[in-house]
Amino acid sequence: MGMTMAEKILARHAGRDRVCPGDLVNARVDMVLGNDITAPVAIQEFRKIGVEKVFDRDRIALVPDHFTPNKDIRSAEQSKLMRQFAQEQQITYYFEVGRMGIEHALLPEEGLALPGEIIIGADSHTCTYGALGALATGVGSTDMAAAMALGEAWFKVPPTLHFVFNGQLRPWVSGKDLILYLIGQIGVDGARYCSMEFSGTAISALSVDSRLAMCNMAIEAGAKCGLIAPDQVTLDYVTPRAKRPFEPVLPDRDAVYQAETVFDVSQIEPQVAFPHLPENTRGVSEAGEVRLDQVVIGSCTNGRLEDLRTAARILKGKKTHPQVRLIIIPGTQNIYRQAMREGLIDVFLEAEAVVSTPTCGPCLGGHMGILAAGEKALATTNRNFVGRMGHPQSEVYLSNPAVAAASAVTGKISAPEEVL
Amino acid sequence: MRGRAFKFGNDIDTDAIIPARYLNTTDPLELAAHVMEDADPLFAGKVRKGDIIVALKNFGCGSSREHAPIAIKAAGISCVIAHSFARIFYRNAINIGLPILESPEAAENISEGDEVSVDLAAGRIENLTTGRVFQAAPFPDFMREIMDRGGLIEYVRWRLSAS
Ligand code: SF4
Repeated sequence: MGMTMAEKILARHAGRDRVCPGDLVNARVDMVLGNDITAPVAIQEFRKIGVEKVFDRDRIALVPDHFTPNKDIRSAEQSKLMRQFAQEQQITYYFEVGRMGIEHALLPEEGLALPGEIIIGADSHTCTYGALGALATGVGSTDMAAAMALGEAWFKVPPTLHFVFNGQLRPWVSGKDLILYLIGQIGVDGARYCSMEFSGTAISALSVDSRLAMCNMAIEAGAKCGLIAPDQVTLDYVTPRAKRPFEPVLPDRDAVYQAETVFDVSQIEPQVAFPHLPENTRGVSEAGEVRLDQVVIGSCTNGRLEDLRTAARILKGKKTHPQVRLIIIPGTQNIYRQAMREGLIDVFLEAEAVVSTPTCGPCLGGHMGILAAGEKALATTNRNFVGRMGHPQSEVYLSNPAVAAASAVTGKISAPEEVL
Repeated sequence: MRGRAFKFGNDIDTDAIIPARYLNTTDPLELAAHVMEDADPLFAGKVRKGDIIVALKNFGCGSSREHAPIAIKAAGISCVIAHSFARIFYRNAINIGLPILESPEAAENISEGDEVSVDLAAGRIENLTTGRVFQAAPFPDFMREIMDRGGLIEYVRWRLSAS
């Protein structure tokens, strides 16, 4: 009887021939990640353990991205605590403002998330790296502290749900739409505690950027991880940037899945998630009249180069609607720079958008575009919970970058075709 | 343990438990002052030491912020009972020593304001207002061990000193 990707990766890291869903294992971790909100708590807990040094200074990444560049004095204190810890422990992958990016855009780009690895991060969207074939999952700060000391963590082996996406993608449909559609079908706890494996001809055809966007939102279905088996597209991306050797893991042909669902993507149009849960999805053609105050293009879901290129294709030569504030946030310094070289930033500024340095910012209601009571925003982010982007009486809608850009022009939720 | 029940619905997310606008601190008491604010703005003012949160499906979904169970614990909540928990919240609660119990029957048959008593070791939940008794799913031994040692940090300390 074969194993799924999650089972094989966990077995290998736990030094076992095989594991089964439900088993509790201690497994080696290849990377431990924290940010300016979660790492300060982890550092306090790490101090209580009483070890002097972290297990491996090359296997910890610390990224100030949520409230940075520091939005207020207290955030500055949090960042300082993390910076001092990074210096004291000589953490190799501490990314200072100016060299950083949103963690889940940054780590893949830096070659720090690789096929076959186990990565835990004190951030729920750590599952993003499943797009490269890593078992990556979000944990809390205490888990991060323990892993910084031990280099391992405890895991319950999850059952795996297999989702097969076949067929030809319609225009403007991306990985973001496939995952929104899926969450709309199974609900925000539809994959609770499970590993999701995505495959099929439509997945093979997705770019790495689009795959990362898709796996990013596995947590929005309650999953532990969302995995795509490494293929040539993956290897072409990771090989030139990998910071350490890696060994890809593929699912066994006779892997046992808890369930398997097949979708025909030619039936899926760009999706919009309505407030206040990512499962409240509908096709953009069924969005109706939703007037917007703000549009945000960015975040660890859709702040990558492909996303900015898509947005620029739609915004070129157009202006943002007078009642709308358009905020565009490249995911990393490199993406920012590349977007500048390609002239995308010019297109955005011509369209009267705000372009910001990389930061989570408005995605979690931190800074750089907080909503007032009664305001509505369309964002390429991943969560639209009550109060997520500001006032508890504001509303957040989620979409892909093409729909977001088109909607910024029309002032209401719109399909890309409406402005082209 | 024994306390009054505060009842919540499905999919109570970590932004509702502790909104990000308060995450520029790690101080448990400051976090507790805003606990559950976006689900019930008056909650922090009403809750007394020993009270119990009862919720339906997928409690604690969303972010990995440990500030969520920390805020609940610091507010004096003695236990969270839910139909089901989101996985990171579940893990965090065990790691920091916030008692949690999963019981669909208890979650559905306890109402706001009911008096509830909980025997954590036995997983026994009693609704003292209605007289009904419920049995929660038992924890695997390994998780019990973490909880019995007072959380993951104590567990790691013990492991390191043993090796
Ligand atoms: S961009 Fe948003 S979802 Fe992603 S890590 Fe930052 S706050 Fe979290």
